[in-house]
Amino acid sequence: MPFYVPPEQLMKDRADYARKNIARGRDLIACSAAEGIVIVTENQFRTLYKISEIYDRIAFGGVGKYNEFEMLRVGGVRQADLKGYQFSREDVNARSLANAYGQTLGQVFTHEMKPYEVEILLAEVGVTPTDDKLYHITYDGTVMDEEGCTVLGGRAETLSEGLGTRFEQGMEADAAIRLCVELLAGPDGSLGPAQLEVAILDRSRPRRAFRRIEGPELAEILAATTSS
Amino acid sequence: MFESSPPSFGPPPYGFGRGPGSSFVDLLRRVAPENLPSAGLDSPATGAVEIVHGTTVLAVRYDGGVVMAGDRRATAGYTIANRRVEKVFAADDYSGVAIAGAAGPAVELVKLFQVQLEHYEKIEGEILSLEGKANQLGQLVRANLPAAMQGFVVVPLFAGYDDRRARGRVFSYDATGGKYEEADFQTNGSGGVHARNWIKAAWSEGMTRDDVVDLSLRALFAAADEDTATGGPDIVRGIFPTVAAISVSGFEAIPDDVIAARATALLGGREEGAGL
Repeated sequence: MPFYVPPEQLMKDRADYARKNIARGRDLIACSAAEGIVIVTENQFRTLYKISEIYDRIAFGGVGKYNEFEMLRVGGVRQADLKGYQFSREDVNARSLANAYGQTLGQVFTHEMKPYEVEILLAEVGVTPTDDKLYHITYDGTVMDEEGCTVLGGRAETLSEGLGTRFEQGMEADAAIRLCVELLAGPDGSLGPAQLEVAILDRSRPRRAFRRIEGPELAEILAATTSS
Repeated sequence: MFESSPPSFGPPPYGFGRGPGSSFVDLLRRVAPENLPSAGLDSPATGAVEIVHGTTVLAVRYDGGVVMAGDRRATAGYTIANRRVEKVFAADDYSGVAIAGAAGPAVELVKLFQVQLEHYEKIEGEILSLEGKANQLGQLVRANLPAAMQGFVVVPLFAGYDDRRARGRVFSYDATGGKYEEADFQTNGSGGVHARNWIKAAWSEGMTRDDVVDLSLRALFAAADEDTATGGPDIVRGIFPTVAAISVSGFEAIPDDVIAARATALLGGREEGAGL
């Protein structure tokens, strides 16, 4: 015989549960820069990625529970590849994928025992920075259309404030990466290439825009911090 | 599918569980089999359908990679259906596929193959081995067998750079999906036999990329000379063969103006009796 729990309480408990677990992980920042959209997160693993390619011009980012956002990533790749095959590659866009993610997460949040402990980023690179699209989808299925920058994770509010004052529309990708790394590291910390996962949706690349920035290339970008 | 149910990433077919792993073809078979290239082509033929055919393609290994080339003509019976057909495609960054035969199913098959390779790469986070890609293509050709029995035969040539063996490799297929690795070169299509004879006489180990590009152009001339369905270089309209090279640095379509210059030079040589 189930006890009565008011819906408000039920939803609040679930939201608290999800938020608390998401906050335990590392944050992720995506910024729309001159050369494309840069996505930066702290990640000590070399092959278990939090940022990946979904389609030609679309990237995925996940924070929270790895197995849950990995399942969402695979679902997104499947849906995008199917749509591109059945219609045309041009018809695949981040907006419709973001809505599909919102549906899934919303459905799980209200109907399942346990909500997904994830936040999702969907980024689509355009011809110019103003055409870039950044969708931030939360554990309860809320879809937010962000402009310029977005932060996922437990420290989103604090990091957004830092971004808000220092991010400039159309700044260079290297500078944007350095800004993101600096914010993720916090005022007293520092992050090296080995602790970071960085990718760019490069708007100059002809078809598949997604590219990882790692190893010596990343080290070089980060090293420039001191001189700039 | 998109209208009837809200898109969901949880349960199959999109999610895991019984999901199709990293194969796009299995996913398509599960959720939209009507979109498979061979769908509907295995029904009994009731009327004469004029099928568009592509003709001569080839793949030739060189020192450091492989060159693929094809003429541009598509025919329907005795009519030229199209003068600017592309028969050589990038399958992914390190391999290419060239088609001759029924053009419609062939183009669909290439499109599915391209998505399949990219899908695998995205889901698994790494590129299939060249051997794996060649086997995948064989399975797609075999899936087309019922259509092949109706006359829609698609037998592609597949070639690529194998980074594990550090060399170019060439594969051919039969209509049942049988995969055969060729030592150095292979041709396909109605003019293929003429092109192959030409290559066989002139190919040698250690040829450079430019040598092999020239050899491929000459072989296509030879095929166009003997076979009505193969188009030669069309100076009047400025149409030249499609040529691509695949090496350690990836698939590279050789620009039209480069091919035009090479082909024109070879034609000049021919007038002097040095070419064909």
